[in-house]
Amino acid sequence: MATIIVDNKSYIVDEQQNLLAACLGHGLNVPYFCWHPAMGSVGACRQCAVKQFKDDRDQSGRLVMSCMTPATNGTRISIDDPEAKAFRASVIEWLMVNHPHDCPVCDEGGECHLQDMTVMTGHVYRRYRYPKRTHRNQTLGPFIRHEMNRCIQCYRCVRYYRDYAGGRDLNVFGSHDAVYFGREQDGTLENEFSGNLVEVCPTGVFTDKTFFHHYTRKWDLQAAQSICPHCSLGCNTTAGERSGLLRRITNRFNSQVNGYFLCDRGRFGYEYVNSPHRIKQALVKQERHLSQLGTMDGVPQPLEFAAERLREARGIVGIGSPRASLESNAALRSLVGPQHFYQGIDDQERQLLSTILNVFRAGPVPSASIHDAEQSDAVFVLGTDLLNEAPRLALALLQSIRQQPMDRVDELKIPRWDEAAVRNAVQNRRGPLFLAGYQRTWFHEYATDTYFAAPDDIARLGFAVAGTIAQESSSVPDLNSQAKELAQRIAQALTHAQRPLIIAGTGSGSQAMIEAAANVAWALHQQGKQPRLSFVLPEANSAGLALLGGGSLNDAFDAISQGKADTVIVLENDLYRRADPVKVDAFLDGAHTVIVIDSLEHRTTAQADVLLPAATGPESDGTFVNQEGRAQRFYQVFVPEDDVKASWHWLSDLGRATSQEGDRGSGVGTWHNFDDAVAATATVAPELARIKEVAPSASFRLVGQKAPRQTERCSGRTSLIAHLTMHEPPPPADPHSPLGFTMEGYRGPLPSPLISQFWAPGWNSIQAVNTYQDDVGGPLRDEMPGIRLIEPVAPKAPAWFTSIPRAFQPTAQQWLLLPLSAVFGSDELSNQAPAIAERIAQPFLSLHPSDGARLGLQDDSTIDLVLQGTPYRLAVHFEPSTPVGTVGLSLVPEVAGIRVPMWVDLCEAIKIEQTRRAA
Amino acid sequence: MERPLTQHIHPDGTTRTLREYVTTGGYHCLQRLAGLPPKDVQRLVTDAGLRGRGGGGFLTGAKWSFVPMGADAAKPKYIVANGDEMEPGTFKDRVLIEGDPHGLIEGMILAGYAIEAEIGYIFLRGEYHLSARRLTEAIAEAYAAGYLGTPLPGTGFRFDLHLHASAGRYICGEETALINALEGKRAVPRAKPPFPQTVGLWGKPTVVQNVETLYNIPHIVNHGSDWYRRLSRTQDGGTKIYGISGRVTNPGWWELPLGTTAREVLERYAGGVADGVRFRGLLPGGISTAFMTEEHLDLPLDFSSIPPEVGRLGTATMIVLDDHTCPVGFVLNLEKFFTRESCGWCTPCREGLPWVARILMSFEEGRATSDDLSLLKMHTKWLAPGHTFCGLAPGAMAPLQSALKYFHDDFERHITTGGCPWSKKSAQQRVLV
Repeated sequence: MATIIVDNKSYIVDEQQNLLAACLGHGLNVPYFCWHPAMGSVGACRQCAVKQFKDDRDQSGRLVMSCMTPATNGTRISIDDPEAKAFRASVIEWLMVNHPHDCPVCDEGGECHLQDMTVMTGHVYRRYRYPKRTHRNQTLGPFIRHEMNRCIQCYRCVRYYRDYAGGRDLNVFGSHDAVYFGREQDGTLENEFSGNLVEVCPTGVFTDKTFFHHYTRKWDLQAAQSICPHCSLGCNTTAGERSGLLRRITNRFNSQVNGYFLCDRGRFGYEYVNSPHRIKQALVKQERHLSQLGTMDGVPQPLEFAAERLREARGIVGIGSPRASLESNAALRSLVGPQHFYQGIDDQERQLLSTILNVFRAGPVPSASIHDAEQSDAVFVLGTDLLNEAPRLALALLQSIRQQPMDRVDELKIPRWDEAAVRNAVQNRRGPLFLAGYQRTWFHEYATDTYFAAPDDIARLGFAVAGTIAQESSSVPDLNSQAKELAQRIAQALTHAQRPLIIAGTGSGSQAMIEAAANVAWALHQQGKQPRLSFVLPEANSAGLALLGGGSLNDAFDAISQGKADTVIVLENDLYRRADPVKVDAFLDGAHTVIVIDSLEHRTTAQADVLLPAATGPESDGTFVNQEGRAQRFYQVFVPEDDVKASWHWLSDLGRATSQEGDRGSGVGTWHNFDDAVAATATVAPELARIKEVAPSASFRLVGQKAPRQTERCSGRTSLIAHLTMHEPPPPADPHSPLGFTMEGYRGPLPSPLISQFWAPGWNSIQAVNTYQDDVGGPLRDEMPGIRLIEPVAPKAPAWFTSIPRAFQPTAQQWLLLPLSAVFGSDELSNQAPAIAERIAQPFLSLHPSDGARLGLQDDSTIDLVLQGTPYRLAVHFEPSTPVGTVGLSLVPEVAGIRVPMWVDLCEAIKIEQTRRAA
Repeated sequence: MERPLTQHIHPDGTTRTLREYVTTGGYHCLQRLAGLPPKDVQRLVTDAGLRGRGGGGFLTGAKWSFVPMGADAAKPKYIVANGDEMEPGTFKDRVLIEGDPHGLIEGMILAGYAIEAEIGYIFLRGEYHLSARRLTEAIAEAYAAGYLGTPLPGTGFRFDLHLHASAGRYICGEETALINALEGKRAVPRAKPPFPQTVGLWGKPTVVQNVETLYNIPHIVNHGSDWYRRLSRTQDGGTKIYGISGRVTNPGWWELPLGTTAREVLERYAGGVADGVRFRGLLPGGISTAFMTEEHLDLPLDFSSIPPEVGRLGTATMIVLDDHTCPVGFVLNLEKFFTRESCGWCTPCREGLPWVARILMSFEEGRATSDDLSLLKMHTKWLAPGHTFCGLAPGAMAPLQSALKYFHDDFERHITTGGCPWSKKSAQQRVLV
């Protein structure tokens, strides 16, 4: 620690910091543009100038850029010095030379860092009286709007997009006062993390195009903490609503999880909430298979009807869901009883999840948060395509490869925040990152080594790495020399690292791969290393569902087919995405009554006898457990329309409706608010006990008040419905959380989950996050970053996994069909968002060129492939990285429901088509 | 008077071949490096008091002393010749390269040897096509003769040299922007520290030196530091190529002892200002130096004799301002150049310079007010070293600030008469108004 003197007052600061970060950490307002807590200093904008004095006798001092000056002990500076203030005002004056005066029509207005800094420096009057330069704007695709005339050339966008996020298609062109930030030509920004430009840009050059389509000012948004439902990482988001419409998602800083950045699926996938396919009415369908579900006169009330059917049922099957909250799943489990609760996922997925849980429960190696991943100095990824399955983790690994070269930076005594100098010193040196998989993406260009092979071969590589680390020779029989050498290189890199990380996932459906990853981590642990493990899971609450337990979907099918039950409750689950349609049809047909609780129409809801409209994430409270095992709370943002209710609430209503008089002592029927739901859920499994501590309960108050979801300056409250009534209705009650649907409430420091939006006096933009941190870039004050439910207790590894698969052998007739996840297209919910839908690629089949030739196919041709009796029109892509004997199938909506991996006779599947064509 | 750098250059503009160069003692000292360890070459250059001829005047020996030496130092190290001679009015490096390309190669080999840098780059101004051709030929000759690409006798030191023609930006003359350009990045300066001597080209220790500076090194090694010091008239050692352009009787260049006065160059060598015009001032070395007027003409032109409040020597290739030229228009021309050549990285330079240029334009067009004078002064105050990212903008302010001092009345006249007193067109327009 160091002491610095700012305007004659002493402050204790971290000497590893620069002066700007040190000042901001103490709440001292120093304006800035080009510096970013996650991207360091480059000294371009010159906005953060302060006066530095040599000692207490030095009266004149000199201007320095605080972002480029280390906070060494005894540093004496002045922020208020008249010359420093005048210079900072001049910087704004220069920036304003070309900045348009369009704040009233600019989407950034009201949360613009440039506005804030202009006010902060006090620049007011325009003295420049010449023409402004103008630029042509570009069309950058469905996510981002471009207005280059607003640009103040802080270079943050290119530094973020290219240096931080690995993007290639955004750049800076030209020079002097005509520098241009954009693409070489109009076109969609390709990088999967482009949406962060909206927050990285300090003004309105890059704005959220989806938000633009239903724009409202930041101060008019009703907002609360959300957890992204679009993959298993559980990034924290702030969801904002006005007038019943979810308007946008912004990043919500969580030091352990997503930090400052989100992926585009998470940021732009939210519009499923506003989808025209939302189910909003509770419905009863008395006759099956009517094309329209309707509540005609004489139709009984859905809840009572459902309750009656449940009371009369000869056995109930409850099917849970990895995209429903822990509480909703627990509610269903309570309603139907644990033995009748099924996880709603297939056997294979259930098996993989249970293996992963056991690896963490029984093993000595902890799981890795995204923050841990960022800090890792050697990474080995087995089989999972991070960029498409868990994008934010890929972004973290792009930072992890900078860890090892930092040794040289430290050696040269370059402070780590001095980003420009660090990049000059590091150049193209990258730390170890080994990617084994079967789909090439641009992310592979950052890898030390890549290995493209079938899942079994990847698992074998993993086992070989574990064997090498454990110094067991010939652990994997018949390993080819290429894999053997690679295994040695990987083992060496991992053992030389301080914080090695092993990543695998469920995406390829390979059990062996997960076991191999565990072995590698355990072998490192045995060598006295401190490794971490990370498994990418299929969905937002896959881990939570696995903790609750329950049979697979097949077990549920058996219960109906064997006559053990005749009534089915499906919770937020489209069974047709998870099982063979023929089986699902048989299952639903075999049930006497099918009750479906869900938010969007799909093939399963079409089969419902009773349909209950479920609230989406932003319309309900709940807990998700992410792939790390971190339980996180999402809060209801707004009150949904019509009959829409949280699933657990429907289930608790059903519980009450079905229970006999005088039998209300236990079960879901006794749940009255979300706290009851959490308390009951916490008792289901020992590991869930701590979910109560994840976020403040509904009874939490500060100075007797709830925390408001609306801003202090929310406008139009008294006039919004003035055409209907002159009375201002009372705000909706919220018995489920310590938040209110109002402007009124406690305005002061809050536990982080209760913060509605980051906002502070003088800091209207997302940069206000600084004011919520003691150390800028560090954890939030009073941060509740979620709770890790499983920490290792075992001192050493249990018995190692020993089922090493045999080497993959291509066959003459059969090809192994492998799933190719797509960041845009593979997630059920985000696919419903129009902007995401625009980015979904046509379905394709990826083949090794030699396999393509064998099948007589042309690259980029179109084929019809008949799978399980259904023809699919697919583009053919020849891809040398696709392992011979396998084919990759892109998982986009058109092919949802195909169970992969599976063996397919491609000659047959395509021959059928050719015969048909000939006929 | 000795002219070691230019005495053998052919007056007819043809180049000197390797054979000619060797005949006059060229590459000779490479044969005896076995007895001269790198540290000794460094000491010779330090003792000679050689200062950077690109305009900075930094002691070459001091610059070298920051380079990590020995077995632990990062490898490879680089020596880069800064031949991006884009300073308006400056053409001294071109004279040397075109006339005697081997001098640069030998200088680079010796400099590389001194700092144990095995790889050299010549970063050459893109428009210097003839220089590029002659250097390419000379490098090929030097490779063929074994001066490049093979270990020097008795040393185990092998030097490789590459020529890189710039894509053409003034800022590439700034050494760190030059390094970025050489790496294929945008020509934007780098923050210092770390200095290129520790983190330079591709992150390795690098020394960037002006072409003329490198030409001096073989002569120092051949004749010793005392001889070199005696060449000059002042404490800075050696000779310097002085040049003059503008309305003078005999514009040109001359290699003269360092410390020759401007008056001597102007009157004795350039034959004074042309007939019918009067001397008003001169920019001593390129356009990022301050004006010197009549009162400064007897100052010795070297790196230590010009007081900071007057200015600095720069490249020593002078541009003369006469009384037939509008000083405001003269400065406007300079500021337009700086505006165009700003790299666009830092705010004060990128936004301040075009504003300055537009204000000067308004003086010329007769639309300036006294507020504009204070805006100009504000820019000369704010665009100072340390306030901007590199020296380009402070350099741009040097002629403006001194013009505001020495030619203040001319600025005022533009305001009071509502136009440029030197412009006939402007006078006609005034009548029309």
